[in-house]
Amino acid sequence: MTALWLAVGVWLAAWALNVWLAGSRVSTTGLGRALVPLIFGATVLVLWEGLVRGLGVSPVILPAPSVIAAKIAVELPVLWQDFAQTILKGAIPGFLIGAGAAFLVAIAIDRSPFLQRGLLPIGNFVAALPIVGLAPILVMWFGFDWQSKAAVVVVMVFFPMLVNIVAGLQASERMQRDLMATWGASYGQSLLKLRLPAAMPFIFNGLKIASTLALIGAIVAEFFGSPIYGMGFRISTEVGRLGLDMVWATIAVAALAGSVFYGLITLIERWVTFWHPSQRH
Amino acid sequence: MKDTASLSQPVIEAKGVDLVFQTADGPVQALKDVNLVINRGDFVSFIGPSGCGKTTFLRAIAALEHPTSGTLTVNGMSPDEARRKRAYGYVFQAAGLYPWRTIAGNIRLPLEIMGFSKAEQEERTERVLELVELKGFGKKFPWQLSGGMQQRASIARALAFDADILLMDEPFGALDEIVRDRLNEEVLKLWARTGKTIGFVTHSIPEAVYLSTKIVVMSPRPGRITDVIDSPLPKERPLDIRDSREFIEIAHRVREGLRAGHHED
Repeated sequence: MTALWLAVGVWLAAWALNVWLAGSRVSTTGLGRALVPLIFGATVLVLWEGLVRGLGVSPVILPAPSVIAAKIAVELPVLWQDFAQTILKGAIPGFLIGAGAAFLVAIAIDRSPFLQRGLLPIGNFVAALPIVGLAPILVMWFGFDWQSKAAVVVVMVFFPMLVNIVAGLQASERMQRDLMATWGASYGQSLLKLRLPAAMPFIFNGLKIASTLALIGAIVAEFFGSPIYGMGFRISTEVGRLGLDMVWATIAVAALAGSVFYGLITLIERWVTFWHPSQRH
Repeated sequence: MKDTASLSQPVIEAKGVDLVFQTADGPVQALKDVNLVINRGDFVSFIGPSGCGKTTFLRAIAALEHPTSGTLTVNGMSPDEARRKRAYGYVFQAAGLYPWRTIAGNIRLPLEIMGFSKAEQEERTERVLELVELKGFGKKFPWQLSGGMQQRASIARALAFDADILLMDEPFGALDEIVRDRLNEEVLKLWARTGKTIGFVTHSIPEAVYLSTKIVVMSPRPGRITDVIDSPLPKERPLDIRDSREFIEIAHRVREGLRAGHHED
């Protein structure tokens, strides 16, 4: 029981510290801004550890963070192999292909009202297909290896990207397009110098949504057939063996990868759309 | 200034121009039987209540709208041809600067599109920035400037490629009176220095009288010209000319024209 009370004590102390930090002058500095969430995160881990130990929670229900960390340290080569298979080979190529295809189709739709009426409903239809139905089919088509996972990701990413790019291409103001016309600009010039820059906030919204979908797609698709490695494969088999510490270790890697992926896109967004009111500081 | 021989040369000619918009509520006659000749070097103001077609007419000159009947020529060509030959610069009511480009970048934009060399882009950008008194602000972004400065930058952008015609659609409508007075003065100086033909849409009588050599009074439903006044005011116009007898007489005539248009409703 002492572990539990210790954890609660640490939690209360950290809470008080954070309240003080947030109110003090330190919080206006870069260090202060980073410190508050870090302390909060660490506190959650301490509380989790204390609860699990103090209440004697079964490791099948919830392993302690220290156990998960130990597992990560021991299984690093396996986790890396899974990561490379699922994220580097499945999610990222799928994400790039899906986003790229959506971009090309969006331009085609922009140029032709016929396609606009024809392709958007089809895209909508595909997006409405449930992944648990789609994944087995794509595994049949493209095999057990990463190609079928990338295909699932392409399908999941395509539609949200398409909708956002099409909306973004219409985001420039009429007056700005009129200006382009008065200068005798061609379609390509107007696209490159006005409509694409104006579309960037929309495109980055799409990319952020797509980045999480890509991770989900690549992991879930492995439930329907995969080689004997990969994050989805690991989760489904370790659950069957009650190896919950390994499941949690894989989840930790997935969460970390997802955050880094998302953070990277946000950084690029800040650099590209610095002019947008939501990014001006 | 251009020599006097070129002054009477017609630049924009409208003969029996009609323009009908098809809307959800049926056709709307935006312009009816508009006849007008604008000569080289004229400063022409279009004034009238909203819905009188003044903006539509300016947009038709710029080939942003197309007359349903009648003939409209710009430099002897159709407006579309003139647009492709970059015959005019257009200044809208809002500055419409692209926020991802600096002020200099915005002014350079039409030059990039028209294929000017890098060196010439730089030289022209510098020159027009100086012309609108924004020297030193080239590296700022539009949102870092006041509304008046943004509008000056948009005028600089319209001047950068040296079109003979400058079309301005209520360019100072959104600005306060003091800024507006200053910019009006600057536009007049600019006009004197460059000898451009200017089409200027406004709903302010003093602005129209102060700026123009020719005032076109329009009235709505259907949009049409009710009076064309050739201003006897001299080319040199200090701000206090607005207290002179002549100025007040022209303003009076414009007001009468606007009122007459309203009575016919």
